[in-house]
Amino acid sequence: MTLFGYRLPMMSSLILWCLVWELVGRLELVLLFPPFSGVVAALFDLVTLQKFWGATWTTLSTFCIGMTLAIAVGVPLGVLMGRVKAAENLLGMWVNVFVSAPLSALVPVLMILFGMGEKTIVVSVFLFAVWIIVLDTQAGVKNMQPSLIEMAKSFGAHRPALYAKIILWAALPEILAGIRLGFIRGVKGVVIGQLLVSIIGYGELFELYSRSFLMEEFWALTIVLFAFALICAELIGMLEKRVEYYAGVRQ
Amino acid sequence: MVAVSRKISAGPVFPGAEMASPESIITVKGINKVYPGQVHALKDVDLDFPAGALTTLLGPSGCGKTTLLKIIAGLLAPTTGEVLVKGRAVTGPGPERAFVFQDFALMPWATVLRNVAFGLELRNVAPKERQDIARHYIGEVGLAGFEEKYPHELSGGMRQRVGLARALAVNADVLLLDEPFSAVDEQTRRKFQEDLLRLRETERKTFLFVTHSIEEAVYLSDRIVLLSRRPGRISQIIEPKIDRSGSPDEIRRDQAYLDIVEEIWQGLRQFVD
Repeated sequence: MTLFGYRLPMMSSLILWCLVWELVGRLELVLLFPPFSGVVAALFDLVTLQKFWGATWTTLSTFCIGMTLAIAVGVPLGVLMGRVKAAENLLGMWVNVFVSAPLSALVPVLMILFGMGEKTIVVSVFLFAVWIIVLDTQAGVKNMQPSLIEMAKSFGAHRPALYAKIILWAALPEILAGIRLGFIRGVKGVVIGQLLVSIIGYGELFELYSRSFLMEEFWALTIVLFAFALICAELIGMLEKRVEYYAGVRQ
Repeated sequence: MVAVSRKISAGPVFPGAEMASPESIITVKGINKVYPGQVHALKDVDLDFPAGALTTLLGPSGCGKTTLLKIIAGLLAPTTGEVLVKGRAVTGPGPERAFVFQDFALMPWATVLRNVAFGLELRNVAPKERQDIARHYIGEVGLAGFEEKYPHELSGGMRQRVGLARALAVNADVLLLDEPFSAVDEQTRRKFQEDLLRLRETERKTFLFVTHSIEEAVYLSDRIVLLSRRPGRISQIIEPKIDRSGSPDEIRRDQAYLDIVEEIWQGLRQFVD
């Protein structure tokens, strides 16, 4: 970023906003905003807590299981819908409904179905993430160069080879984009799920901090979560860049 | 080879295409192709393709020449009729035929080497062996040194050379080329045609070539099959007897060459509005 001709160091805007936060906090205008330095101090306290690591483990494990399921179901379903017209007609409408639906409204129903535990969180991560993966995979499969399929067939590819060596690779840029968006939605799923269940993981901590007006701890935890979501998306983004070279040059 | 008795479908038979002559490698019998929506792409096509010759399917766009090539390749099923390759009915693609695509159909995520070896990879040839074969044909088409490049790093002409090398690498008897030079600029196209003539001499394969360029057809072919407008039928078969011993420029100035180009143009003229 440059300002008035000067090159500013990276993340200088972030530093600026932290300063604004600090000032607003010092002025004690709103109870909700403690000074940023206090939040940072709380962050260091937080990471020494046994409870924090327990919550992190619960959150991470439910998130990973939910995402793995979402990928394991979403990619094959998307490929099926991209290849078989009947599957697209049958499922396309539902996928489009769910991808834009406010799924938070479903979490209470999930709690009734799956109980007040980790199972509900796993299912909500899955439900938040899976649809966009299906949709992007389908788009990738449908938009692939048709002559690649003819090529593979003309050189004698049978169905497993056709899928493993051609279709999945041709759709890989879209599949990865879907998984990246799925990760971001999955983080929402794990947070909303835990907040609504509110007796496990970060949800329990959030509930505790907000109820007792421990705002510094509350914001520290929020920062941890935001950073996690951002890092996840960046990691997948890096993977995407590795296949981008051919996403752009596909004829 | 297995000889199987087969029903020969009814339909008008063109002179010279009654039965497979001993040296014909592909026989097309009574092919009709109707696409959904009653688009009649091919009508009663009977043809023989002599082994070792380069036959061109030439005709106006939309005459079904690519459709015919894809039926011979086994990529499309005819509505009626059948195709025999080396006496056997075609039910799908087979190892004795290799296809070169108009849009190259290269895997953008794979190197030139892997692309060329892909046909062998699908046949489970060991990696070392298939790479050696691929390297040989990459050299044959003039791409030595580009083995580790990716398709997007190559020009259009070079990409089609990769497509050609891939088809050569599987050592098929018949090479089916679907307008291979149409996406390539004119200079590259001429060079490519000359290389193809040279490759024909060394590889001794049967070539089936689809093009809409009269000059290209006359320059390259032993035999030109002219197709009429939709529904595509055979309107004429021409065997240009051109002396190809001279240099490419001499051939292009040869009177016989120019006469045949003119003759075909007169024949095709009726199909142009």
